[in-house]
This record gives sequence, structure tokens and C-alpha cells, in this order.
Amino acid sequence: MAEHIITLSDGTFDEAVGASSEPIVVDFWAEWCGPCKMIAPILDEVATEQAGKLKVAKLNVDDAPDTARRFDVMSIPTLIVFQDGQPKKRLVGAKSKGQLLAELDEFLG
Amino acid sequence: MDNSHKVVIIGSGPAGLTAAIYAARANLAPLVIEGEPSSTSDQPGGQLMLTTEVENFPGFPDGILGPELMDRMRQQAIRFGATLRTDRVTRVDFSERPFRVWIGDEELRSDAVIIATGAQSLMLGLESEQRLLGHGLSTCATCDGFFFRNHEIAVVGGGDSAAEEALFLTKFASKVILIHRRRELRASKILQDRVFANPKIEILWDHVVVDLLGDTKLEGAVVRDVVTGEEQKLAVSGLFVAIGHRPNTDLFKGVLDMDDAGYLLTSHGTRTNVEGVFACGDVQDHVYRQAVTAAGSGCMAAIDAERWLEAMAHAAR
Repeated sequence: MAEHIITLSDGTFDEAVGASSEPIVVDFWAEWCGPCKMIAPILDEVATEQAGKLKVAKLNVDDAPDTARRFDVMSIPTLIVFQDGQPKKRLVGAKSKGQLLAELDEFLG
Repeated sequence: MDNSHKVVIIGSGPAGLTAAIYAARANLAPLVIEGEPSSTSDQPGGQLMLTTEVENFPGFPDGILGPELMDRMRQQAIRFGATLRTDRVTRVDFSERPFRVWIGDEELRSDAVIIATGAQSLMLGLESEQRLLGHGLSTCATCDGFFFRNHEIAVVGGGDSAAEEALFLTKFASKVILIHRRRELRASKILQDRVFANPKIEILWDHVVVDLLGDTKLEGAVVRDVVTGEEQKLAVSGLFVAIGHRPNTDLFKGVLDMDDAGYLLTSHGTRTNVEGVFACGDVQDHVYRQAVTAAGSGCMAAIDAERWLEAMAHAAR
């Protein structure tokens, strides 16, 4: 996994997301999800290219079911953008890099 | 990158990748434009990327996972020299040769084109659908089944996909209602037998979904009996749609001959009405629609393209 991507768990989620000074995109994913694998390299690139403006984190729903349930995740991949610890935007389903960057534009300031 | 190619293949399901393997082994250095990530079954790897176990692909007696099968085909194509690009074709011009294919503003040229863009899942066509997609409404049982542990859910459809999804979802759900608009399933016999034998699956014959309930997440579905017209509410928290597919042929409207449903018409193997443009897989097949038939027709398209290119070269000498 790319060095810029943060791995979250039920235990570390609140602190990592709450303490982030930049907007943070959390990718709710799992090993058995084909579309999740498709967007993984795109997220790696976005994390590297937008470093300093935006953080990218991954949360494996198999390992962290409580957090997934707390945010009503019912489909993966789901990306939720958090700002100041609050969920601001939710993107469901795999997307191309262009579509993803367009959706994230408002957070890239 | 050089923008002139002998063969460009559009699509990367079993048809496109088999065409790539054959074209690469014929030294045609094919370029595969494999599509962009999406969750609507027009993604790289095609519809098998949204499935789990593939039990009927010859050579895998114990079955193989759909995404793994596609990864293997991809590696095989790369091994023989195919180039793959994870992009979406936005426009084509087949009015003169070499043919032109665009990815955004980038123009590519190719002597022959093989179309293997496949088909994508049909939705119900309800207004509530966009609001609830990803919030209880799903087109991918393998992606989302996990979130419905001990829930009562429903699957809409009566074909192989619907039967497979219903069976898969019994691993998680407490009950699966299979809603089908007819009195019998279209699914293969082996799947039908498994559906009928599964105590968690209940079939609601002769019903269609007419509305979805819930503002921010799915709380139920309204179904109508197509015989009596009677409506009832089903209290399900998940609804999985598997009512069929539509071919991905928007790019070729007015350019290539297609039937009323939008499937490309082919003749003499895989030839379309434009000489030098070939089509294979689900984009031209609404009858068989199997991974193995798609792969078979992909092989045919590569051989047809190779022979056609040879004949062109010979004529030019």
C-alpha cells in the first residue's frame, strides 16, 4: 500500500479522523469486493498527488464492522469525506480518477 | 506513445481479453482500452468482476472467483504483448481507414477495431432508485451482501444472475424473497434446483417492484401482482436488482448496425457492417451470454481481424 495512505481500525478511527487538519477521505472496503480493488490504485495516486491538501485513509469493513455500521455503510466501496471530524460527503460505488477528483474538488481548496 | 495501432480492442471482459491473447500471439500488438472503474458492470474485467464463484468455466473443476479469472486472462494477454489502458473510449469515427478512436481529446488510429464493450445491469427505472442506491438498494450482491447479516432482503429477477445472487445472499440474510414477474424462472436447472431447495429463499411469483420506501435508507418495497393488480408492502432492508442487461453500444449509435435492443449485429463470424470492425461477447449476444461463449467469440474476432488485415496487406502489394 502506498506510503501516503492511512490504515484505520474501529479503535483508531475517531482520533485519526478528528485530529486531521486536512479533509480526510475514508475508503470503506473489503478484500472480497471487486470494485474496491479497482479503485485502490486510484486512491494511492490521489493520496500521493494531493498530499498536504487531503488525506486518504482505508477502513476494512471486515475488520472494523462497528465503524461501518455507525456510518450506515451498506455498499462498498463507499468513500466518506470528513472535515473537522464530521462527515461532509459520501460517494458510493467505484469511480474513475477523473470523476473522483471532480467530486473531491470542493475539498482541494 | 505512438498513436497508430494494428488492432484496438475496446473492452476487457472475457471477449476482449481473449481477443487480446489471440491478437497478441498473432504479433498484432493489440491495444486494449479496458474501461474505467465503476460499479455498474461496465468496468475493466466486465461483469465477472461483480460475481463470486464461477463454476462453469471449463478447466476449473473446483470453480474460480470471477475477479481472479479475469486477472488471469489479463496476465495472459499481457504476457503475449498486449498493452492495456484503464481508460474509457469517448468517441469513434469508423467512416474512413485507419479508424479513429478517442479517449477524451486523445486520438488513436487503428487498422482494425474489435468491440467487446459488453453489457451493463438494467435498473428498475424507479424515481426512488437513485436516492437509495447504496443505501439498501444494490446491483452487486457480492459487494454488499455482507451488510445484510440477519436482515430480510429481496432479489428482483428470474435469470441466472438473480438465482446466483439469491443463493449467495442466503449466507448473510435471514430470509431472501425472490421477486419474479413470471410464473417460472429462466435460470439454469441446476440453479433453480438449488433455489427451490434453499429454506431461506421464498419466491414471490408474478410480481413486479413498483416503488421503494425510505428516505435515507431502504425500509421496504411495494410490489404488484401482475395478474390481480393487487399491491403489497414488503418490509425488506435490502433489495438486489438482477433483471437483465443492456448492451454498451451508445458509442456506436448511427455508426454500426444494431437490433432494437441495441445489440450489435454481426455476420460471417464477428463482422459488423463496417469492414474492419469486429464485435464479440455480450455486446452482440443476447442469447448465450456466458463467460465461455464471450471468450470463444473473442477468439473468433481476433482471427477474423488477423485474416482481414492480412488480406488488406496482400491487396496493397
